Amino acid sequence: MTGLVVGPAVPEAFLFLVATLLLGVGAFLPERRAAEVMTPVAVIVLLVTAMLVMAVGPGRAFAFGGHFVHDGFAAFLKVVALVVAAGAVLVAPGWFADERTARFEYPILALFSALGMLMMVSANSLLALYMAVELHSLPLYVMAAIKRDSLRASEAGLKYFVLGALASGLLLYGASLVYGFTGTLMFDELARAHAGAGAAPLPLGALVGLIFLVAGFAFKLAAVPFHMWTPDVYEGAPTPVVAFVAAAPKLAAVGLALRVLHEPFGAFADEWRQVIVLVALGSMILGAFAAIGQTNLKRLMAYSTIGHVGYAFVGLAAGTATGVQGVLVYMAIYAVMTLGTFACILMMRRQGRYVEAIDDLAGLSRTDPLMALALALLMFSLAGIPPLAGFFAKLYVFLAAVEAGLVWLAVVGVLTSVVGAFYYLRIVKLMYFDEPAEAFDRLRRPELQLVAAASAAFVALFLLWPTPLLSAAEAAARVLVGS
Amino acid sequence: MTAALFVFYLLAFVTVAAAVMVIAARNPVHAVLFLILAFFNSAGLLILVGAELVGMLLIVVYVGAVAVLFLFVVMMLDINFVQLREGFLQYLPVGALVGLVLLVELIMVLGTRVVPTTAAAMPRAAPEGVTNAEALGRLLYTDYFYLFQAAGVVLLVAIVGAITLTLRHRPDARRQDIAAQVRRRPQDTLEVRKVRPRSGI
Amino acid sequence: MADYLAEYLPVLIFLAIAIALAAMIVMASWMIAPQHPEREKLSAYECGFEPFDDARGRFDVRFYLVAILFIVFDLEVAFLFPWAVALGEIGVLGFWSMMLFLAVLTVGFVYEWRKGALEWE
Repeated sequence: MTGLVVGPAVPEAFLFLVATLLLGVGAFLPERRAAEVMTPVAVIVLLVTAMLVMAVGPGRAFAFGGHFVHDGFAAFLKVVALVVAAGAVLVAPGWFADERTARFEYPILALFSALGMLMMVSANSLLALYMAVELHSLPLYVMAAIKRDSLRASEAGLKYFVLGALASGLLLYGASLVYGFTGTLMFDELARAHAGAGAAPLPLGALVGLIFLVAGFAFKLAAVPFHMWTPDVYEGAPTPVVAFVAAAPKLAAVGLALRVLHEPFGAFADEWRQVIVLVALGSMILGAFAAIGQTNLKRLMAYSTIGHVGYAFVGLAAGTATGVQGVLVYMAIYAVMTLGTFACILMMRRQGRYVEAIDDLAGLSRTDPLMALALALLMFSLAGIPPLAGFFAKLYVFLAAVEAGLVWLAVVGVLTSVVGAFYYLRIVKLMYFDEPAEAFDRLRRPELQLVAAASAAFVALFLLWPTPLLSAAEAAARVLVGS
Repeated sequence: MTAALFVFYLLAFVTVAAAVMVIAARNPVHAVLFLILAFFNSAGLLILVGAELVGMLLIVVYVGAVAVLFLFVVMMLDINFVQLREGFLQYLPVGALVGLVLLVELIMVLGTRVVPTTAAAMPRAAPEGVTNAEALGRLLYTDYFYLFQAAGVVLLVAIVGAITLTLRHRPDARRQDIAAQVRRRPQDTLEVRKVRPRSGI
Repeated sequence: MADYLAEYLPVLIFLAIAIALAAMIVMASWMIAPQHPEREKLSAYECGFEPFDDARGRFDVRFYLVAILFIVFDLEVAFLFPWAVALGEIGVLGFWSMMLFLAVLTVGFVYEWRKGALEWE
């Protein structure tokens, strides 16, 4: 290789250089000042990166000798992930200031994690996949434990780290099996070697490797049976960190899973579909039933995440272009809903202390009607009640499943949605029909109100103007699944 | 080749045995020592397949640094290890049973198909006449530029993470400040007084 | 391949001798010296009085920080070996590739210096 092609990776290069530079600058600023300055700077950097991604355009282009690919599919996920990550960084500083753990490292770690997410979505070789996953998750472990004097946060960080390291081990083991049995690292070569009629069948060892890869993705996505870290991490980690972890990284991990399963292993849909169906089934059922008994809102959101990942996997199991489109729409809407819900949770402060029990929301409609309205909209949407965005998200994945002949999976999905609706609606009932609890503190945090209001407006008004998201997702899906 | 095969099985056996001892050892410090044994044997395995540099790095980095780090961590923890292990024996039968069932299943699934003994077109560890380190060097910094830089960023995040999570400043500790120490003049701290005999200051 | 492995034969012989010798010394001590184990004899010896508590004291977390920072720069140096060997062939790109890598880690070094992580309070 003589030259170095960077062109399609300009957004990543920009994010990398700026994040490194900010780290250096932050070290020279006084501690408190650095913490105040870095958050808005990080938000702006993330949004600028999103614009750069759009500027690069949707054309398929390779960089760095083929390890990096940029296409319409990557562009869609990158833009959504960056915007959601920017929102999650934006809501963080208030909480950290209240808890006296404001650190300028937090936004910088978020930038590095976002860089890892972009690289995940654009990974085009097994090694690039592994490095990207490491880069995106390492900062997340640190962020989860950043409130280091809290026992629960440290425990959450440690659990997240140990199980995340296990997932990385699974990914690496799977990748080395695939490499060992096929002799190539590059996704396009893998696809070429085993696609088309008369091509060599996938060696058995590579198939085992593929299953290991799927298990690794399931771990990162908190899908059953690799979900057990989720509730503890969500409950123990600082709320703004959970807002970050629950939204953008899931988009990146889904993007990576979609690319790996459709590009290099697209010809073996029959082999991996059974595993995906199993994971989807388990996640939907567990997400619906285990959440019923929860009293802690963050823990509830953890089970909600598990359930939603299950629904997204239904679209993945379809293995068609419509399925991919469904997954993309689903994850985009899910990320926005989750971010909005966590912005609301961040407003739950009573007498200077953050509360997170579901009962604390009792009678919110009378003490803070606007917040109650936003949260109610988000809950209705998470439950999948028409005509909110969450309904359309579910509609698309179920339609794709039916088209692909997985009717029974769609039926199970609808049934678990009904069960899941129970605990979302219970929160709405609590807010509107129960005796009011003491009012929350009046926080003067326009950024929280902005994020909550924007996401509530998004889910409510999605019906009126769904075309941009749908057509963007459709174009992205068509890149991945040729037909 | 039979000698190499013999060495392979020896190293592989000791690696697995040492790995088992890492989790079975009663004393956590012994567990770390077994881990070092496992590292050494894995290094031997790597050298056996021709990956000299990686094998040596395994010794330099893992034995020299990572194992020492583990020792620190083990010594930092002030917990009752006997108590910690109580659950282990309790769950051992169930865990072993599950593992055994999985193993049998794997054999049943995989046994029916023939696993090729030679992997697809195995690349050589190094081309003829070139050392392993040089062969790696030719690829790593140019063809694998992207991954190499990604490794750099991961290391940077590791630095930030370690400092963020463990560095504490003790306000009562006396720290060195070279500039202040050099800037100090005698008249700031010393006072010369004449002391007459037979009277105090 | 066979020639290459033959280079490591002395290492193997050396290892075998070391293991045999170590085993021999331990066995010899165990068999020749009289063994009368007793509780008092086996307990930790602490200047003649009863041992106060376990010999395992807690280590300060700062040791860990130093060790992990060491590992990072250890790895950085590990990347320098193949680079130095192959520098003649990898051209300008290879050279600047390493410079960028070093620059990134230098930012990390500046950060840890400024934060005071290298000071032993």
